[in-house]
Amino acid sequence: MANSIKVRAKAESGVATIKCLISHPMETGLRKDKKTGDKIPAQFIQEVNCDHNGKSVLSAQWGPAVSKNPFLSFKFSGAKSGDTIKISWVDNKGDSDSTEAKIK
Amino acid sequence: MNHNRRTLLKGTMAASATGLAISAGLLTPKAVLAAWPKEAFEAKDVDAALAASQGSSSASESNKIKLKAPDIAENGAVVPITVTSDISGTETISLLVSKNAQPLTATFNLGSNTEGYISTRIKMGKTSDVVAVVKAGGKLYSTKKQVKVTIGGCGG
Repeated sequence: MANSIKVRAKAESGVATIKCLISHPMETGLRKDKKTGDKIPAQFIQEVNCDHNGKSVLSAQWGPAVSKNPFLSFKFSGAKSGDTIKISWVDNKGDSDSTEAKIK
Repeated sequence: MNHNRRTLLKGTMAASATGLAISAGLLTPKAVLAAWPKEAFEAKDVDAALAASQGSSSASESNKIKLKAPDIAENGAVVPITVTSDISGTETISLLVSKNAQPLTATFNLGSNTEGYISTRIKMGKTSDVVAVVKAGGKLYSTKKQVKVTIGGCGG
């Protein structure tokens, strides 16, 4: 699951707006395979963390009801252009990914 | 990355109690993610989910929380939700969908510098209220909005 996270981070007068898209199937475990009738096992992101210069600004716990290929946007203050943000996720199967981006 | 997954799996195999818990549910190393509130996410109604995730189900309605959601969602699999909280000292924002099989959708824990603003996309099984719950200063505040769903996003 490399490169599953796309991040846009922009700082304007000290307030950073982060937008990220994660490519992930977010299976609820309730859907059935139309051909075989078997249930598709659940696979969804459980935790998302975002650090700004090594300090946590957001940690989220998700259930299976977050959409496929989740989108997340949030804002925090005390940021400036060139700062590093790190976003990571872990799903219920133990898969994970993380990425770093510079605030524009 | 793959190496981590191996050690994770090995870790759960070793702990037999954890192994039992896993075989009871799905083949997932859920126990490793101790922070993830399984009980809250598996609760069947809004009050139970709030009680399990926030420790209380008594949320007072507040007009300081703005919940932006479509009136009608054509596709319940992708419902854009934006929550803005003007309550000072907002610590967490939770999203619940009252008529989903498992109402608790997401909980966001905000850092001290983070503003009370979250935008994301959620799934909805059928027409239902979307509830945003904000925790600030140890108290719960909520606001809700009905979203009509024409095609459900949960199940097959």
